[in-house]
Amino acid sequence: MTYVGLRPGSAAYGRSRRLGTLLLVVPLAYTMLPLVYLLIASTKTQSDLFETFGFAFGHSNALWQNIRTVFTFQDGIFGRWLLNTALYSGVSAVGATALCSAAGYAFSRYRFRGRGVLFAIVLGAVMIPQTALTIPIFLLLSKVGMVDTPLAVILPSLVFPLGVYLMRVYVDQAVPADLLDAARLDGAGEFRVFATIAFPLITPAAVTVLLLSFVATWNNYFLPLVMLSTPSLYPATVGLASWYSTASAGGGSQALFPLVMTGSLVAILPVLLAFLGLQRFWRGGLASGGVK
Amino acid sequence: MDTTATIPHPPRSRAMQWPGPRSAPILLLAPFLVLFACFLIVPLAYALVLSLFRDTLAGGTSFSGLQNYIDVLGDTNFWSGIAHMALFGLFQVPVMLALALAIAIMLDRGTIWFRNAFRLAFFVPYAVPSVVATLIWGYLYGPSFGPFTQAAHALGIPAPDFLSSHWMLASLANVVTWEYVGYNMIILYSALQAVPAELSEAAVMDGASPWQIALRVKVPSIRGAIVLTLIFSVIGTLQLFNEPQLLHAISPSVIGDHYTPNVYAYALAFTDQQYNYSAAVSFVLGAVIAVISYLFMLGTREGGTS
Repeated sequence: MTYVGLRPGSAAYGRSRRLGTLLLVVPLAYTMLPLVYLLIASTKTQSDLFETFGFAFGHSNALWQNIRTVFTFQDGIFGRWLLNTALYSGVSAVGATALCSAAGYAFSRYRFRGRGVLFAIVLGAVMIPQTALTIPIFLLLSKVGMVDTPLAVILPSLVFPLGVYLMRVYVDQAVPADLLDAARLDGAGEFRVFATIAFPLITPAAVTVLLLSFVATWNNYFLPLVMLSTPSLYPATVGLASWYSTASAGGGSQALFPLVMTGSLVAILPVLLAFLGLQRFWRGGLASGGVK
Repeated sequence: MDTTATIPHPPRSRAMQWPGPRSAPILLLAPFLVLFACFLIVPLAYALVLSLFRDTLAGGTSFSGLQNYIDVLGDTNFWSGIAHMALFGLFQVPVMLALALAIAIMLDRGTIWFRNAFRLAFFVPYAVPSVVATLIWGYLYGPSFGPFTQAAHALGIPAPDFLSSHWMLASLANVVTWEYVGYNMIILYSALQAVPAELSEAAVMDGASPWQIALRVKVPSIRGAIVLTLIFSVIGTLQLFNEPQLLHAISPSVIGDHYTPNVYAYALAFTDQQYNYSAAVSFVLGAVIAVISYLFMLGTREGGTS
């Protein structure tokens, strides 16, 4: 929307524009400060980290050397962590999206007994703190010998009640009942109506749910921390946290600080790029969550 | 319930169609509901059962009724965690949301350069895992090579100790604000953009200034979005775990094992192996969250009718 009070081109408009932009520079600096620091710190050797100012570059550029160390330290376990993160988040996101789409569609387009109660229970689950569930899930999974396996992280991540809510709301608006009835009259079965008629119409919402659940699993720390004890199964978050603790506890002769910095930088880059590339999808998703 | 809903081929003839309109919703819902039951309902019920038992000296467990809950209510460790969270929430949540709203209003007004670039930049921290955010800020705060300490030394003034018990809560609040201010801003900004243009135009006709339009016309009409961000932020506050758990590594004497209720529940379960008592702590915390959420919704609903 263009702002209606001042005429574009007028002196007052230009002043207002400069002022508005200037005012935003302050929170922008706050937002960027830690990331700039991370970027600079990743180019330093351990001694430069301690001896040169945090927001200035060091005596030499050690970025490539740091990256090489990140991927070779402890037999290259960091690469495993990144792959684990990609695997856990990818499988969880695709699975959760499929489950949420089917469930949201069923809640929206069918009348069946218990529908209202069931949907209320699912919606209420959005409020349950994840941390309260993680410990009992751990105890239950340990009874069946499933802790410390990838499934212990993936299966709980498949349950994404907010996604069911978002899909249901979207199906309500985007899938006309007449269209489904027409397909049924043409002889299509119920699953076929869902897969070939409804799903293409709800793809934008499905992409939003995919992104939200992907980021939720990618960023998750508590669940894998509780479930996994074998370092080679860690996702990047738990792995970096373990390096961080070791470095802080005085990793001694090892140059662990640049390792933690550079590892963090490498770990956030893929998601940052994905976010910038796919922004119209997550914006839509957040907006739909915001106006409910 | 059967989760394997595979069908070989959709039958062509209408008479043989399967699944019909009656069984289709059940089959579509089944995969989600089975996992929902396994990883939400059953764990919740199991935690409830656990919380009603306690460990005996002999090594087994015995039924103890509500004794664990009575113990939690009298547990100073639990209440000191809640007190931390209350203090944290009273300052962090309003400051963060005010900042988010201010940025959203400035972006919405339109008289700025690079609007889309700004919007995107503010959202970047949401894509940074809280683990990474916390460890970057941990280094920024740090006394050994943190830039603030370095700058203070260079200027010859005493270095601020962000990780002392005096500042820790504020330092944590800053990390959480950094992580979520952009996320909340986007929700508020989207709501502002959805306010019908006629409302602002009518206000302009009446001679309202841009700031009056923003504060008197637009902000009141996005109440719903503001309440939503408020509820999410309060719930997030009470669940605080990652940030204090990580900063514990660099400041173990300040952040003990009961700094927040969640840190306490984790320590009880995995350091002390007191699963039963830990479950009771989680349930009381969940009850506190539910009551607060309910009060918020009740309060805003009454406000809406006035």
